[in-house]
Amino acid sequence: MGKVKSLDDLKKMKEEVQSRINLREKSDHPENQVQVKVAMATCGIASGAKEIMDYFINELDKRNIDAIVTQTGCMGYCYAEPTVEITLPGKEPVVFGYVDTKKADEIIEEYIKKGELIDGIIPVTYKTIDE
Amino acid sequence: MKDLSMHILDIAQNSITADASLIQIAIHEDMEKNSYEIVIADDGKGMTKEICDRVTDPYFTTRTTRKVGIGLSLLRQNAEQTGGHIDIHSEPGKGTKVRSIFTYDHIDRPALGDISGTIITLVAANPEIDLIYTHTAQNGKYCFDTREIKAALEDMKISNPKIRQYLHEMIEENLTEINPDQPVDGSKYI
Repeated sequence: MGKVKSLDDLKKMKEEVQSRINLREKSDHPENQVQVKVAMATCGIASGAKEIMDYFINELDKRNIDAIVTQTGCMGYCYAEPTVEITLPGKEPVVFGYVDTKKADEIIEEYIKKGELIDGIIPVTYKTIDE
Repeated sequence: MKDLSMHILDIAQNSITADASLIQIAIHEDMEKNSYEIVIADDGKGMTKEICDRVTDPYFTTRTTRKVGIGLSLLRQNAEQTGGHIDIHSEPGKGTKVRSIFTYDHIDRPALGDISGTIITLVAANPEIDLIYTHTAQNGKYCFDTREIKAALEDMKISNPKIRQYLHEMIEENLTEINPDQPVDGSKYI
């Protein structure tokens, strides 16, 4: 194994990434970007939300999609975890349930890229037992 | 929860919800004392004694989206299964400290799991929060401090996928240094 990575190496790495990032248009306006929120409360974490979040981060970068991936709390759909909320620019947020890497791939290809709705959406009209 | 890193991710979310600006995660592996200790401390808004006494009750939560709150309950259950325990100190306005002790060699102690991925997920998703992660094992101590990282990165974001990947490998390599018995693959880190 090579030398352990240090902060100095990190600085070098930063320069390298920076020169590449400028090629892609940088946007500081979140409303113009695709927003992906992964539910990460106890229920989400236990169902594998971290892997899904990593998948979105890596795949969106690989496929050159300008997006912000963040985490959010429990939306009350614990039965359907991992859940992700996708907000396309200018559109209402849409929540997808039971997201695995296969579903995540479908979300990226069909919904994020083409804007086409796919199975697995949790409708906003869904009511819990109390309501 | 499959492993201890998931518990850490979960409990640290509580700190984020409590508006913490600094989260300290410390893992102390002590084979001589046969203990595995995880401390998660924050400077968030803290809890009153009444709330603090009830947080490990699975039917207690301050959330409004659901009626159960099992994060700390699960951590306590897992710690107690190994003959350990958890204790929680909190003071309103000052912060909260969750300390969990596991018996190191107990068969029911979950593996640590992907701790580097967990730390990176936390810092990348919450750039405004600082995080200090210290890990002590038989060969020494490793400290990961986002304040140092942010200073080195200047205006570059930690959430950049290349930077994330780099930091992930950096933590893993350093953990292997302090505990050479562990496989390099973070997912199998015990």
